[in-house]
Amino acid sequence: MEALAFGIAAGCALLSALTVVRSRDLVHAVLWLGVTLFATAVLYAMLGASFVAGVQVLLYVGGVVTLMIFGVMMTRRHDGATAKLEDPASARAAAVALSLFVAVAWAVLTTDGLDPVTPAPMPPVISAADLGRALLHEHVLAFEVVSMLLLATMVGAIVIARRRDPGAEVPRTLDRSAATVPAAEAAE
Amino acid sequence: MTLSYCLLLAAALFCVGIYGLLARRQVVAILLSVELMANAANIVFIAFGHFRGGPTGQVFTVFSLALTVAEVVVGLALVLLLYRRHGDTQVRLASEMKG
Repeated sequence: MEALAFGIAAGCALLSALTVVRSRDLVHAVLWLGVTLFATAVLYAMLGASFVAGVQVLLYVGGVVTLMIFGVMMTRRHDGATAKLEDPASARAAAVALSLFVAVAWAVLTTDGLDPVTPAPMPPVISAADLGRALLHEHVLAFEVVSMLLLATMVGAIVIARRRDPGAEVPRTLDRSAATVPAAEAAE
Repeated sequence: MTLSYCLLLAAALFCVGIYGLLARRQVVAILLSVELMANAANIVFIAFGHFRGGPTGQVFTVFSLALTVAEVVVGLALVLLLYRRHGDTQVRLASEMKG
């Protein structure tokens, strides 16, 4: 039963991931990425990480996919955002990806001791309280560094995506106000 | 469901991401592929955390989620800048600083 559920979730994740990289329409690709991330959240829940599964759904399926759709919509050209797959590059990329997968799969399958022969005792369930305790006791320094990173990201994204220098904006508004004042006087 | 199945799935997802990264020409599509690869890495963290015990795998995943979201936000800001400057988001347009 568990193996069946794992197979379904893994198949969904893989097929939708393939659709993400093959889809010609970028909006469809983003939506299929949402399916992949959701299937991954199901896997997390099966692997005893229920809190991380919830975070994944909220943050990724809710946040990142929405953000990506905004990104696609704002940068869409009028002839549609279809992304051509160039055949030579595509074949080379497939060769690289396939050989990498074969290498990693060979490494995984030949490593001894990954799956113990005797079934291990049921691992303890890690609750959200345990996770919070681990985050704020052992890993509190990393936690604070990540919060600084998020602040820097917010500021950086605003600075990068801002329309133009405010220094270049000032003279134009001054000119405009200077130009409108005589017009208003002329109207009187 | 064993650890090696989880690792194989993560490897397959990562390689799909590699394929998208190399075969795509649109910056947004490349960002999507990077997302797939980060997701595969998170699966490995969670799987080892589950089968080897301890909350450290999940802690790592939480940090990794935050990092990936930060990367997406900055990446999309850069995509927006590229679009504003060139009117398109082909990745070869970003090579103007080359040489």
